[in-house]
Amino acid sequence: MTMRPNAPVRGHMPVLLPMRIRADALPMADRMFNVWTAAALVLALAAVLIAPAFAQDAAPEKRSIIAILLEWTPTLAGGFGFNVLISILSMAIGTILGVGLGVLQVSPIRPIRSVAWLITQFFRNSPWLVLLFYCILLIPFQIEIFGTKIPFPGWIKAVIGLSLPVMAYMSEYMRGAILSIPTGQWESAESLGFSRGQIMTGIILPQTVKRVLPSWMNLYAVLTMATPLVSIIGVSDVMALTRAALSAEGRVDLLIPMYLYILSWFFIYCYPISAVTRLLERKYSVKL
Amino acid sequence: MEFANTLIDWLRPDWFLNLVVISDDYNRGRYLAGLWMTVKLSVLSIFFSLIIGILGAAVQGAPSRALRVLVGAFVAFFRNTPPLVQLYFFYFAIGTVLRITGENGLPQPLVSNFGWAVIALSLFAGALNVEIFRAGVEAVPRSTVEAAEALGYTRLQIYRDIVLPLAIRISLPALGTNLVNLVKTTTLAYAIAVPELLYISAQIWSEDLNVREMMNVLLVSYVGLVAILVWVLHRWEKTLRIPGYGE
Repeated sequence: MTMRPNAPVRGHMPVLLPMRIRADALPMADRMFNVWTAAALVLALAAVLIAPAFAQDAAPEKRSIIAILLEWTPTLAGGFGFNVLISILSMAIGTILGVGLGVLQVSPIRPIRSVAWLITQFFRNSPWLVLLFYCILLIPFQIEIFGTKIPFPGWIKAVIGLSLPVMAYMSEYMRGAILSIPTGQWESAESLGFSRGQIMTGIILPQTVKRVLPSWMNLYAVLTMATPLVSIIGVSDVMALTRAALSAEGRVDLLIPMYLYILSWFFIYCYPISAVTRLLERKYSVKL
Repeated sequence: MEFANTLIDWLRPDWFLNLVVISDDYNRGRYLAGLWMTVKLSVLSIFFSLIIGILGAAVQGAPSRALRVLVGAFVAFFRNTPPLVQLYFFYFAIGTVLRITGENGLPQPLVSNFGWAVIALSLFAGALNVEIFRAGVEAVPRSTVEAAEALGYTRLQIYRDIVLPLAIRISLPALGTNLVNLVKTTTLAYAIAVPELLYISAQIWSEDLNVREMMNVLLVSYVGLVAILVWVLHRWEKTLRIPGYGE
């Protein structure tokens, strides 16, 4: 994507040059998500974090905002790690269930197809927070199987609650990806004597990986950004810890920097994921 | 036999939709008020997010680099941070700072929690709308814009009369997904005690101890709301259809 200077050479004709992409012909996404965007964001963040520190000079007996933020960082990092753990577990469960449900959505048996479609639509169109409440309040806190008690702490219920919408989205992506494989592949595999199960697992599903990957990564970013919801239902994730830290400090001037601090953590975690998603999307996009 | 009884018990209509909210006048009134609040929240947020999307996409095509970077940063920030933390940031951080002295001499919040919910949700969905409209604007054939330029249209006129009408039609499917998401995201207002559907339902189920029934009512209500929105968008898509485009 680098611009080479258009050297005035004798006999120079633009046609003879290898095709170059002009900066303004690039997708807007490239122009938006560039170094300048990142720099502007970092500067804005730095300004917000540093400016109050200067304002504090007048009152030296108070601790500076930065010192407080740094002091809380290990605690908050632990909370953030918990969020990441929840997101990874939910993603794993949701992906496995979603792939299964997606395959069922293209089943040749009509009732199975309809039921899978209904489940997908239901969970896709229900709010995440309502599904979380559903799981938190309706899953028993422990179940007893053959005499052994399996406890269900709140955060596991939250993982289940978050994996339900992930399952539904994944199911929809899988359906789209499976249907986007040319019918010829099915027919030629059938003519080679493969069974339907063999075609699905050996031929169709491996090809869907590439098509689903960008959406899957985007879904992961969306899920990570949904994990603070678990603080509403009483799981002590980064958001709950932040609010606890804020009430412990009890300083009004800490509110804005602290929330921005947490926002920037999520930003730093999610931004690279969406940047890579964009790259993959462009790489795998169907050229028309 | 016991199994059959249990099964029938499960399928009892009043288990699934035991409509406390219909049988009880007081609860029905509250439920409907919550539903109305959710509808208000959704409609206002959809309206403002569309405006943000259109303005943002227009700026994205502007010649000024500073403006483009600014909008790019806005989109990148709101797309990559959790909506709940954004809402908390607005309500607890900015809302605490933005206070005016009320009639009784005490500091009062300048914007109510409902107001902050609308602002936060509009900005969150608006950032995504900028992206969606931007993709739509890019999909408008270059030759169409050039033809308009040749006819002597100004930049504003081209955007308003040529690009935007086409871009809206192109971006309608993606826009629909985002607006459905926005309606689902209105539940976040629960966290700042806006009395919307989820908040009211939580009140009802903690008072009447009918969690299961109320949960089902709640899920069905949201699926219903989303269905209505999808239907409206579908109708809109049909009305706006240009003969010769698409199927």
